[in-house]
Formats: sequence, C-alpha cells, structure tokens
Amino acid sequence: METLFYISSVIAVIATFMVMVKKNVVHALLYLVVSLLAVALVFFVLGAPFIAALEIIIYAGAIMVLFVFVVMMLNLGSKDAERESEWLTAETWAGPVILAAVLLGEVIFILLHRTGPPFSPEIVGSRQVGVALLGPYLLGVELSSILLLAGLAGAYHIGRHFEDEGRGGGRP
Amino acid sequence: MLELLWLIPCLPFAGFLVLALAGKRLEGRAVALVGVGSVALSAILSVMVAVDFMSAPPPGHFYTQTLWQWLDVAGFSPGITFYLDALSLVMMLVVTVVGFLIHLYSSEFMEEDEGYSRFFAYMNLFVGSMLVLLLAQNLLLFYLGWEGVGLCSYLLIGFWYKDPKNGYAARKAFVVTRVGDAAMAVGLFLLYNNLGTLQIQELMEKAHQSWSPGSLLPVAAAALILGGAVGKSAQLPLQTWLPDAMAGPTPVSALIHAATMVTAGVYIIARTHILFELAPPVLAAVAVIGALTLLLSGFSAITQKDIKRVLAYSTISQIGYMFLALGVGAWSAAIFHFMTHAFFKALLFLGAGVIIHGLHHEHDMFKMGGLRRQLPVTFWTFLIASASLSAIPLVTAGFFSKDQILWLAWSSGRGSKWLWAAGIVGALLTSLYTFRMVFITFFGEAHSEVSKKPGTRMLIPLVVLAFLSVTGGYIELPAIMGNVTIFSGFMHTALPPVKPLSGEHMEWILEIIAVVVSLGGVFFAWLFFLWMPGLSARLARTSPGMLLHRFWFSGWAFDWLYGVLLVRPFIWLARINKDDFIDLIYTGIAWYNQAMNSILSLTQNGKVRFYAMGIALGAIITIAIAVLR
Amino acid sequence: MISIPMEYGLTLAGILFAFGLAGVLMRRNVIFILMSIEIMLNAAGLAFVVAGSKWHQADGQIMFIFILTMAAAEVSVGLALVLRFYHRFKTLDADEASRMRG
Repeated sequence: METLFYISSVIAVIATFMVMVKKNVVHALLYLVVSLLAVALVFFVLGAPFIAALEIIIYAGAIMVLFVFVVMMLNLGSKDAERESEWLTAETWAGPVILAAVLLGEVIFILLHRTGPPFSPEIVGSRQVGVALLGPYLLGVELSSILLLAGLAGAYHIGRHFEDEGRGGGRP
Repeated sequence: MLELLWLIPCLPFAGFLVLALAGKRLEGRAVALVGVGSVALSAILSVMVAVDFMSAPPPGHFYTQTLWQWLDVAGFSPGITFYLDALSLVMMLVVTVVGFLIHLYSSEFMEEDEGYSRFFAYMNLFVGSMLVLLLAQNLLLFYLGWEGVGLCSYLLIGFWYKDPKNGYAARKAFVVTRVGDAAMAVGLFLLYNNLGTLQIQELMEKAHQSWSPGSLLPVAAAALILGGAVGKSAQLPLQTWLPDAMAGPTPVSALIHAATMVTAGVYIIARTHILFELAPPVLAAVAVIGALTLLLSGFSAITQKDIKRVLAYSTISQIGYMFLALGVGAWSAAIFHFMTHAFFKALLFLGAGVIIHGLHHEHDMFKMGGLRRQLPVTFWTFLIASASLSAIPLVTAGFFSKDQILWLAWSSGRGSKWLWAAGIVGALLTSLYTFRMVFITFFGEAHSEVSKKPGTRMLIPLVVLAFLSVTGGYIELPAIMGNVTIFSGFMHTALPPVKPLSGEHMEWILEIIAVVVSLGGVFFAWLFFLWMPGLSARLARTSPGMLLHRFWFSGWAFDWLYGVLLVRPFIWLARINKDDFIDLIYTGIAWYNQAMNSILSLTQNGKVRFYAMGIALGAIITIAIAVLR
Repeated sequence: MISIPMEYGLTLAGILFAFGLAGVLMRRNVIFILMSIEIMLNAAGLAFVVAGSKWHQADGQIMFIFILTMAAAEVSVGLALVLRFYHRFKTLDADEASRMRG
C-alpha cells in the first residue's frame, strides 16, 4: 500500500508540474485532472474512501468540466498558445519559482522538526463522516449550502447577457 | 517732591500704552491731549523736581529711587532704579521741556496725517525710553532705554511706511546703530565679567580701585562703550545713518535726531567718565573723533540742497563738538553745549518744518526763497537759532557754550592746539553753511508760494525756543566776561572740573579769533550766496570744484565705501550661502520623501499577480519569523 | 499494516501548494491563474485529510468537504467573471486590468 502512496504522489507532482508548464489550456486542464485523480488515490490509501470518491466526482468531474466548458466558450486556439509561450519567459518565472521554493523550504523545515511515529491509517468510512456532518458540523453544512446558493445566484447574474450588449462588445 | 521722580518716565509710557491700545478709537483732540499732556506733565514734574533738588540738595548730591527688583540671579541683581544727580537732572529737564514743545508743535504739524495716534504713541514711547536711559542707575536699565530709543527711532523714521525709501532709511539707521549697540553690549559684558556689577556708581568705584590707568581692560571696555556711543550719536565712522534719517517727519528729526537720542552717546561717556579717565588713549580717540567728525560734516553741509540734510550734517558736526569737549576732559562744557544745542537745533528743525509744511513738503532750498515776508515769525526765530548755531557773540547761547569748548580744547591738560584749530575751522564752516541756508531760504526772490501758515500751536514752541536760545547761555559766562559759573558749579557736583592751563591773556586772544571767525563765516555766506550768487555756482562748475562738490555732497563718500567694503561682500556671501549644506537637510528631507514616493508608487501598478506576489512574500516572511524564533 | 509517516503526506501537500502558488504568480492568463488556485485548494485539503487520518477522526474529511464546496462555488463565480473579463478586455491577459494603478 505504501508503494501505491508513493507512486500516486509522484504522479500528482509530475502532473501538477506539467499543468504549470503547458502552454495549451486544454492540455493543462487534462493534466490537472490527472493530478486530481492521483490525489484521490492518495486519499484512498490514507483511509478516506468517501473523500476520494468526492474528489473524483466533484473536483475532477464537475469543476474541471466547468473549466473545460468555459475554455471551449472562449474559443482559445493556437494563437493563444503562442502568446502563452511569449509570456512565460525566464524572467517571469524566476521570481515566483524562487518564492515558492522558499516557502516550500520553510514548510519542509518545520516538518523535519517534528518527526513523530508513523501511523497506521484506519479506514474512516462514509458512515462516520455522515454522522459527524449531521452532528457537530451541522451548522457548517447549512452555511455551505447558503454559500452554494450565493455562488449560484452570483454566477447566474454575472454570467448573464444584457439586452443592450452584444456578444462582442458593450460595457459590463 | 523727589519721590515723584518715577512718574517722570512713567507718564510717557502710560501715554504710549493708552494710545497704542485705544488710539484708533479716540478722536484727534483726545489723542493730542494724551500724547502732549503726558509729556507736559513730565515736564512740569521735572521742573518741580529740579527746583527741589537744587534748593535743598540731598546728601552726596544724588538721589536714588528703586521701583522694584528686576532680576536676582546668581548674585546679579539689578533693580529698576532711578538715579538723579546734576548730570541726569539737566538732561532730563532738557528732554522733557524741549520734548513737550515739540509734541505741542507736532499736534498741529501732524494733524492731517492718518497715523496721528500712532505717531504720538511712538513719540511717547521714545520720551519714556530716553528718560529711562538718562535716569538709569545700572547699565542694564540704561541699555534697555538705549535699545528703546533705537527702536523708536526706527519706527519714527519709517513712519510713512508706504514709501519704501522711508523703510530703507529706517533700516539703515537701525543697522548702523546696531553695530554700535553690539559693541556697547560687549563692553557691558566685559565690565560685568571683570568687576561683578553693573550699577554705575559702584562700577566706577571698583574700576578706579582695581584697574590702573592705561591697562588693557579699561581701554577695551571704554573703547567698546565708545563704539556704542559713536553709533547712537552719529559720529565717525557710524555717521552715515543720520542724513538719511531725515526721511521721517520733521518733529521726529527735531526731537530724536537733534535734541535727544543722538546725545545719548555724549551722556554715557559723561556718565562713565571715570572709566574713560582710566583709558587715556580712548579719551584721546574721543577728542580726535569729535574733531574729525565736525570737520567732515561741516564740509558736507555747505553743499547740501535739502534743508533738512543741512541740519542733519549740522547736528553731526555739533555733536562732534561735544565729543571734542568730552575728549579734552571738559565734561560740563559738553553738557552745556548739549543744552544750548538742544534749544537752537530743535528750533531750526521746527522752523524748517513750518516751511516744509507750508510749501507742501518741499525740501529743496533752492526752490524756496524770499520767505521772510511770507513767514515772519518763523523767519525771526530761525534767524535767532542760526545765530546761536553760528555762535554770534554775546547775544546768543551758542556763543558761550561753543567758545567754552574751544577755550578748553586749547587750554585743558588733554587739549592741543590742533584740536582747537579743528574747532575753529569748524566754527567757520558752521556759520558759513548756516547762513547759506538762511540766505537761500529766506532772502532773494520767492520761487514758491506759502499755502499754509502755521497756527499758534506751531508758533508758541518756536518763540519759546528762540527765547531759550538767547538767554540759555547767560548762566555760564567765561572767566574774562564776568565768570558766572552757575551751570558748571552745579555740574561739578557730578562731574570733575577741568583746569585750564593757559592764562587770561590767551583766553582773550582765542576769544577774539573765535568772534572774527564766526562773523567772517556770516560775511562769506552773504558774499557767496546773496550778493554774488553766481560766483559759488561758477566755482562749483570748475572741474576740481565739481569733484569736491560731489565728494562733500555724498558725505565724503562713506556710503559708497561701506557699500564696497561691507554691503556687497555680505550680499555676495548671502547669495552663495543660499544653498549651503544646512539647507540640504531641509531640502533633503523633501527630496527623500519625493523619492520614496516615486519608488513606492511603482508598487501600485494595479496588476493582480503583483499583489499576489506581495501576499506570498508576506507569508514567507511571517513563517520565517515564526520558524526562526 | 501500512505505516506512512504524516510528514510525507504533508510534504506532498506542501509541494503541490508551492506549485500552485508559483502558477498563480507566473501565469498571465486568467484561466491558468484560476487553475492554480484550484491546485492550491486541493493541496490544502490534502493536508487536512492527512491530519484527520492520523487521528482516526472524520474531522479532516469534513473540512475537505467544506473546502470542496467552497471551491465549487468559487469556480463558478470565478469563471463567470472570466467570461465578463473576456467580453470587456477582449483578451485573457490579467495585466490588462490595471486601472487601479498609481
């Protein structure tokens, strides 16, 4: 099982790296999906099958599909891919990479200080999660449903076309 | 009666306060009442105090009155203390009486001026400060009065402030006297530092005991005080301010620059005469300065066109006589000449004021002429004053005072015949320029019409002063003419007497020479300016004549000299110093702020990624701090 | 049984988060920025799950559910905004929207 963990983490890292590097949007999206799937596998290894399933269904299944739809609507083509490569020059990614690396270094540094005993994951199944959701975290559930409602209304409103604006112009 | 001494300076101060605070709201007559009345009351009180003092003199011939303790710090404790002796009494009498007459005169002269209350406020402040100066028992209070009169001089010269020329003249007067004041202050520091007190009598005692004549300290202190006196009294080398100070109203010139402030220098030298006697080189310098100044300004006066400038140079010259007298040790003679000079010089200025007032502020003598028919009272009083100034023998006060000086310049132990010669030449010049002024202004054909005749308030002072100019001298007659010594007898209770070293024979000879010289001056003036006026004009047009004329007209080019030596280097220095390194601190702060602003405003570029980077950076730093702790 | 040190899980989360952060800062295309934000959210959720798994409790998973919900809402609104952005600026360059500079 551990090897499964290590393999999926390596896949996740590589896929995420490719997301960052790819110029074509759709390719990057697909790599992102792969990364999410790998992370779902990690969840599974860690004994959270419910979350693994949720990750695949919602994250990779709904959110990424949303991304793909939007990309299709925007009709981004090879011209955009060229522009992307224009934009991604060395001086552009040098700074962020350094910052991210420093941050990562700090995190690892903290982690190295606290090596605890390895744990044996038990499987925390959906039943347990459901009981906790409708128990102590009931308020959180309600709030997130309100959040989703807000997101729904907002997305609908913002994405709407007004009568006086055409498809390719007008002021928002 | 002597206890009322403190009222004499305080009444003018009270008048000043009333006029300064409420003058604008009072109407003209009330203003005049307060302004003239305060000085009138002071004059009456002075006379009463004088009578009391002279009839029943207090022990030691002096009277002290302390109002309150001014300071008391580290053993230095001057008080507001007044000290009355013969010297300050005489000067106080002259200042208040002549001051009152001039105030009365100016209540009519300045009638149409919109600054009427301001004028009287300043004049009262001046009289108050002058009295404080004269009555001060310690040098600190004296210095207060000294500065006060300097301030009022500035305020009054620049009285018509809307014309920038007047402001320039006022500033020039202030700056030049400031040079003297600085020297005086250093002298006071020196005295206090070495002798530990500033009370004048105590100071003189200690100086007499601790310092030997001719040593460095008294010479330095006396020289510094002389520097201050030279500034205030407009002697060489600080005499340049007085002719320009004529920009002020004529009563101001009469009071401040003829009768009172300019004699403050004479007063202080007479007051600290013990110190000066301990410094013989300085005393000799006093005499030499007096002699040179009287010659220099005499030559300048014969070329002037403005009637007030003639009188200004004449004042400088006459104070030169007083300095000459002080320098040869004739202390009471100097004060005697001060008194008679106050009478006739104030009268001359007031008479000039009548003319100027009547001719609508015309100052040029050559545009006047024939005024004796139009202004008869003015003419006769002016003539009497001019006669007194020229020392016409026997009938004028000026004769007795000036000749006493000349006699003592020859015969005193510190005198010399060169000083006497300078005085004689000066006397010739005096009568020459005085009667030149009289003849051009009052005789000949009239070039202008008098539009405003003077009223009683202007004529009464003229008449009173004329009377004093004639009779004021009779209290002191020389030894060969009756030997009346009322004045010097009284003065010798406060100042040391002087012993003439030559005999009666010499005195007669010198007297005759003086008479010849003064009458000769009148004759020459008549010759050049009345009988053959073309002659002087032709002389002036020859090339050496023109050079001399220009040189003397500009006061022996002192203004040009000071401009080149002092003013221009100073301005140059100020200009190159405009951006010095101290300015760099201020402008540096501003520049730094601007630089920081332009740098930091680059971070406000509206780009989301940039802000996100800022967040990341902040997070990194915070975690780093937490980790490394 | 299986023994995976918690640190490895958290390290994985850290690496993924760092990648996401670099992506946000590097990319100019708005869609890529949103994608990178998703990566970061995912990584944070992974950290939560790892922690919950160590303590054998459901709390980590519940936290992940909430994060997921929030990410979904955010993505929908965000993509709607991207559409608006595209209509307005005719380009997907994030640097174009810099009117609030200065």
